[in-house]
Amino acid sequence: MSKDIRIKKGMNINLVGAAEQTTSIAVLSNVYALNLNDFHGITPKMLVKQGAEVKAGEALFYNKNNENMLFVSPVSGEIIEIVRGARRRILTIKILADKTQTTLEHSKIDVASSSAQEIKAQLLKSGCWPFVKQRPYDVIADPNTTPKSIFISGYVTAPLAADLDYILQGKEAELQAAVTVLAKLTPGKVHVSVGVSNNSPLAGLSGVELHKVSGPHPAGLVGTQINKIDPINKGELVWTITPQDLVILGEYILTGKYNAERVVALVGSSVKAPKYYKTKIGTEVSTFLYASGVNGDNFRVINGDVLTGVKSSQDGYLGYYNNTVTAIPEGDDYDLFGWNKPIFNKISSTRALTFSWLTPNKKFDLNTNTNGEHRAFVLTGQYEKVFPLDIYPMQLLKACMVKDLDEMEQLGLYEVAPEDFSLTEFICISKQPHQQIIRDGLDLLQKEIG
Amino acid sequence: MHELKMKYKGKKMAPAINAFHTFLFTPDETTHSGSHVRGADDLKRTMNTVIMALVPVLLFSMFNAGYQHFSALNGFPENFSLMEHFLTWDNFWIGIIKVLPLLAVSYGVGLLVEFIFAVIKGHEVEEGYLVTGILVPLIVPIDTPLWMLAVAVVFGVVIGKEVFGGTGMNILNPALTIRAFLFFAYPTWMSGDKVWVYEARERSEAILAGATDVDAISGETILGFLAQNKEAAMSAKYSVSDMFYGFIPGSVGETPTLLILLGGLFLIFSKIASWRIMLSAVLGSLVMGLIFNGVVDQGWITETSKFYGLMSFDFWKHLIVGGLAFGIVYMATDPVTGSQTNRGKWIYGFLIGFISVMIRVFNPAYPEGVFLAILLMNVFAPTIDHYVIRGNVKRRMKRLQNVVIHPKDSDAHAAELKAETV
Repeated sequence: MSKDIRIKKGMNINLVGAAEQTTSIAVLSNVYALNLNDFHGITPKMLVKQGAEVKAGEALFYNKNNENMLFVSPVSGEIIEIVRGARRRILTIKILADKTQTTLEHSKIDVASSSAQEIKAQLLKSGCWPFVKQRPYDVIADPNTTPKSIFISGYVTAPLAADLDYILQGKEAELQAAVTVLAKLTPGKVHVSVGVSNNSPLAGLSGVELHKVSGPHPAGLVGTQINKIDPINKGELVWTITPQDLVILGEYILTGKYNAERVVALVGSSVKAPKYYKTKIGTEVSTFLYASGVNGDNFRVINGDVLTGVKSSQDGYLGYYNNTVTAIPEGDDYDLFGWNKPIFNKISSTRALTFSWLTPNKKFDLNTNTNGEHRAFVLTGQYEKVFPLDIYPMQLLKACMVKDLDEMEQLGLYEVAPEDFSLTEFICISKQPHQQIIRDGLDLLQKEIG
Repeated sequence: MHELKMKYKGKKMAPAINAFHTFLFTPDETTHSGSHVRGADDLKRTMNTVIMALVPVLLFSMFNAGYQHFSALNGFPENFSLMEHFLTWDNFWIGIIKVLPLLAVSYGVGLLVEFIFAVIKGHEVEEGYLVTGILVPLIVPIDTPLWMLAVAVVFGVVIGKEVFGGTGMNILNPALTIRAFLFFAYPTWMSGDKVWVYEARERSEAILAGATDVDAISGETILGFLAQNKEAAMSAKYSVSDMFYGFIPGSVGETPTLLILLGGLFLIFSKIASWRIMLSAVLGSLVMGLIFNGVVDQGWITETSKFYGLMSFDFWKHLIVGGLAFGIVYMATDPVTGSQTNRGKWIYGFLIGFISVMIRVFNPAYPEGVFLAILLMNVFAPTIDHYVIRGNVKRRMKRLQNVVIHPKDSDAHAAELKAETV
């Protein structure tokens, strides 16, 4: 059974540097790292000390609020450094990989006969649990709860993001195993979305509610789809998981091993030959970045796509949830009379002497310049044009800024994640940090209401 | 410039230096979190677009200043030709000596106030005044003394904007606040038939003082004629095309309906101003005009009534006289003080048009209602938005009725324990 979802509001951001559909195997990295900032809201408690030897899939630390929730090492090797920041907060855990990899083996789950609680306990132990995220609050799901439904978006609209249809090829068995397990965790449905025209490996899954989605970005964001299919109300819980993480989850269920292998798209205008690389979570970005060649030296490496990714560096590491690494030029330069001259080479949502509307299919080479300074909210009606959710975006942002909990609740903060505001942030004339505002609002709401 | 900016970084004067710097260059700022790339537009570009839409009006008004002056002296030319009688150097010279000083004072005083506040409060100079500064000279009578304008600008920027927190926070449109201040503080300078044409006032004063070598000139606005039920005199003097093209007396820049229309279309095309507000305001004024026409047709108001002139005025002509078109296109669409939701914009715009014509007809002292109507609706815009947003909230609350909440695993466990102990 499938239902069609057509998104009209939105805007595609066409950028130079899309990945060619060929996959190379990246050089093995010496050091792998887990960046703790990837796990928002988790306070880690270390299980191993510096210098300890771990197997791939062996636990490194657990969540202070739930000691069953383990976070595991992507490779086997020696813990060479635990980087701490202010107040001894753990920032990064670095592992020197062994030449020959050994993986911790768990007993396989008997999916048919296990209860939801047994499955959850297994997933928590295996280190696959952190892949499951929950809304509201956009954090790792609380295993103590039962969601009303689970959403998986297999439709990609984010600029330059990895093509899921390509990287999921041949992974049907893992995907099916994973959704079968997930289906046992909710009395509701597992909603899977795919694009209309293509034949995604996700389209053949059984035991799911399939949706065909079409339209411009942010149609591919799972938040948009939740809002159109089954919006979240106060008190309700929805879990989400990305397809590339489903693969790891599925492989664990089939084999009993945690395999951190992942196909990553290296994209962006600073990359000479953008394409796909097979590598592992936590790898050094440099193991494949320079293999494709880079243009110039002054560029930014982003874990993720340009709208929602995290700033990294040339000697950074692949993030826990990312299947895209973007490299675009830094824009730390002045532009004489940049505010009034006609602009042909940048994307704009208006036509105020900006001409990107003339060439809707042109691919642009954008840099990280803000193209203006931070200002108060002035223009209205702009965000609504690219914001398909049934929410007033500006009013919600303002409610978050003034920390008005009642307003935040009533205007629908439970339904959104920061990424849903990435496009409004992109077009924002006042250059406000929308995603940060929403993140702060969600954190406040979670702290106060829970 | 970069060195100068760095030198003053963190100091008290930094906002002022930055303002000059940012006028020349878009900054070298890069994104830190969230979206790593950003759209091309910033607030300056937006404001600049509005200014571009106003420049033709400003140029026209400079010619019109001279044209009205000489026509009042010598009579309107027969066989009017645009090049010979309107776009002449003489006309433009009057514009230069009368309109440019207004513009200079408006920008000079207004930006000074903005800079002072930016330095005091340590925030950046925001671009809001760039548009206000060009709007102000266009909505005042031409003979407004410069000191009066300066006082009004200080009042308007401080009370209308800065006390609320600056650009983006104000309730009332600053340009209209300035206009309203002038109107209520110096009513004799703002109304009557002697203020709309250059030198009209000085000449009439000279005549009163006993001078015999000057000719009296007067330039009554169309609405002024109508308010005094002198419709015949008005239509003898000005044709409908005069009104549409703007060859009539009035506030400096409010007359050229054609250019305002083009400016409005440009703003809609560039997606800067809201077409919803413009369209609904036009509809609102037409509806009110039709109602008044209907009242006259029914015979409820006769020619003896003092409202007859304005009420019987063809409904669509309201749009091409006075400041209605100017107000709708450039003032009502101010995003900060207007309604912020799309549905709210329809209501907001409609009421502006509706009330503008109503005040126009019923105001005995001054037959123009646009600025009062817009200010009134500025005040009500948050209320309109509130109810529009409540609609969305109500929809969300309604969904709460069939909310699906599953108990936590720990709850079940706790219940088991409890059952065991019992």
